[in-house]
Amino acid sequence: MALTKQTRRRFLKGAAATAAFTATAPYIKTAYSAGTLSLGLWDHWVPGANDVMERICVDWGKANNVDVHVDFITSIGNKLLLTAQAETRAETGHDVYCVPLWLVSMFRDSLVPLDDVVQEIESRHGKLVPSAWFLGNIDGVWRGAPAPTGSLSYANVSRADLYLDHAGIDLKAIFPANGDRDPALVDSWTYDAFLEAAEKLHAAGHPFGAAIAPAPDASAWLSTLFTAYGVKLVDESGDITVDSDETREVLDYLSRLTQFMDPGVYAWDDAGNNRWLISGTGSAIFNPPSAWAVAKRDNPDVAQHVWHHDAPRGPAGRYRAATPFFWGAWQFSPNVSAAKDLFLHVASPEVVTEMLQASQGFDLPLVEAYYESNDIWSTATPPDGVLYNYPIRGDEVQSVAGYPAPPEIASAIATQGVFPNLVARVTQGGDSFDDAIGWAENELEGLMRG
Amino acid sequence: MATTIAIDASGDGTLTQRSAFWLFMRRKSTIGVLMVLPLLAIIAGLVAYPAGYSMFLSTLNKAETKFVGFANYLFLFKRETFWMVVQQSIIFALVAVVGKAFIGFVAAHAVNTIPTKGQRKWRGMMLIPWVIPPALSTLGWWWLFEPTYSAINWVLAEIGVDAIPWLSDTFWARFSVILVNIWIGAPFFLIMYLAALKSIPEELYEAAAIDGANAWQRLYHITLPMMRNIIAITVLFSIIVTFANFDIVRVLTQGGPRDSTHLFATYAFRVGIESNDIPLGASVSLFMFPVLAVLAFLILRNVRKRAMEL
Repeated sequence: MALTKQTRRRFLKGAAATAAFTATAPYIKTAYSAGTLSLGLWDHWVPGANDVMERICVDWGKANNVDVHVDFITSIGNKLLLTAQAETRAETGHDVYCVPLWLVSMFRDSLVPLDDVVQEIESRHGKLVPSAWFLGNIDGVWRGAPAPTGSLSYANVSRADLYLDHAGIDLKAIFPANGDRDPALVDSWTYDAFLEAAEKLHAAGHPFGAAIAPAPDASAWLSTLFTAYGVKLVDESGDITVDSDETREVLDYLSRLTQFMDPGVYAWDDAGNNRWLISGTGSAIFNPPSAWAVAKRDNPDVAQHVWHHDAPRGPAGRYRAATPFFWGAWQFSPNVSAAKDLFLHVASPEVVTEMLQASQGFDLPLVEAYYESNDIWSTATPPDGVLYNYPIRGDEVQSVAGYPAPPEIASAIATQGVFPNLVARVTQGGDSFDDAIGWAENELEGLMRG
Repeated sequence: MATTIAIDASGDGTLTQRSAFWLFMRRKSTIGVLMVLPLLAIIAGLVAYPAGYSMFLSTLNKAETKFVGFANYLFLFKRETFWMVVQQSIIFALVAVVGKAFIGFVAAHAVNTIPTKGQRKWRGMMLIPWVIPPALSTLGWWWLFEPTYSAINWVLAEIGVDAIPWLSDTFWARFSVILVNIWIGAPFFLIMYLAALKSIPEELYEAAAIDGANAWQRLYHITLPMMRNIIAITVLFSIIVTFANFDIVRVLTQGGPRDSTHLFATYAFRVGIESNDIPLGASVSLFMFPVLAVLAFLILRNVRKRAMEL
């Protein structure tokens, strides 16, 4: 039998047609997917959340004739990233893997396209939040589906009593636990007001605390501050734009703010700010509600005065750092169809709501409509309304470290700690603004290589 | 040993060939080669292959799709942070190895003066830092140095001394990682030097004493020359291991503050694993390989030469 010769042109045409069909075809559920599905999921901070997550997945497996195995992998010590590196290089391991923040971009070549799944989720449940689009949709292709748990944001977490007593600022009045905000009061919550309060609270022995060290939390809060001052280290087209008046302005601001911070912040890890607040020393941090949740258990006197609220506004706006979590399917997985079915299932409002309850409001949904249908943040206590403003309620804009640089550059900006190093060179090392910016330019050039 | 006599009954030479094979197999050299084969397989699989593979990786572009030769190394030469890492690694390795060698030398002499009966428990106790997994013991040190609630600073405060920024200041952070490395590594020098001390014939010291040599002269003219080979090998081994150190910096400082405590291994991890640029990470980790290889060659050649002279 004569075989038709497969020319390169014909092959490419066929491959392009297949890819186009895969990308645009509607998702078709393959009921009773069968087989085995191994999940590598993030080990949740909140006690009990893992058990609920495992039960949901296993129950789904039983209903769909899929044998589901769940491993919870901690993000401490970057183990989630290390395991992903090992599995993608060895091309063996879990079928489904949790890929938060930049991991979708980092492992884009190893993750199955999920356009059909995400399109189905959006058509059923509504649009995803902007940060999910920025991080999960790489070069127009979805490589991660919204995870039902783990996504978080870095709210301003303050001791309302200390702010009132020592700085004369009533945070509960500015950001009440209802929709009745006074725009003038909200407008008064600026980085200048924050600095003024930081000085007073420092004098009272309760400084503001946040890491300026090689830790993800440091990149998160510093990047939002930089963005609020209009700084872009690298712009959308990949050009280095760190050398600007805005950068000098924010470095000047931080030179003043760090005078009222603990010198240990230059060596804090991600738990440093939690300990700072829980101990009763700190007056404010930027964090998800884990510090409050632990304080409830370890230091209830502190927990009852904690208040989550909006970040201060800078000259270019009000920004809050977000960390969306996705689930992806490795290309080496033999059971991608079952994985896609599972992604659809866990994106349902029932599952997301169950996980919100299990995580005590720590998780933030990636489907915008889910914020309207849940009241976990309104009912959390003590104090009443402590988490009401944990989801964005006002004019804050979600941001991720390195935005708006192209994802592969932005991820390196975050992981190599360009933000904390740039700041520390000025505020701790005594570098001039120009020297520090020059260092940052050299460092950013190094991240551009292909 | 019984000898097998081969009889070629068939006359076709089969038994003669078989007996020749058995004779070959029973040769000492053949048995020696066979016995080292498992070890060679382990070295090939766990040392040679990974080393070769990392060399190969270091010649690829970031996406690992194109051969770029030495471009990754040339790229590193233009990076300010990389040169800071080179400088720090050299300072770290040299200071730590000198510290370990000095403390090990003094401790070995101190232990050697203890009567044999009670010596074992001292040797055991002094080996503890070396025996505990470094990641674990370094975590203990981290609690002592904790940036905000340091246990050492609490003690200092009790006696009216200002807190020391162990991990948040560049100088003190470098001091801390070197101190912990010395604490972990000094017992290795101690045990090697102690073994060397015990192998020096007592007659030499007796003869020197008769000649009126004082303690310093005995140390300079007998102890040091007799220990020279052990010192050279121990220092070489320690330099290589210290240059490759990872866990202490990773646990204590993660390379901070301001990248001022990064070593080759931690920086390679940051660039290669955390920033997903495996070829550049491989280049960072291999940077010192030629320097250490030449150093090892020179030191081992001298050791061999001295051994021949003895």
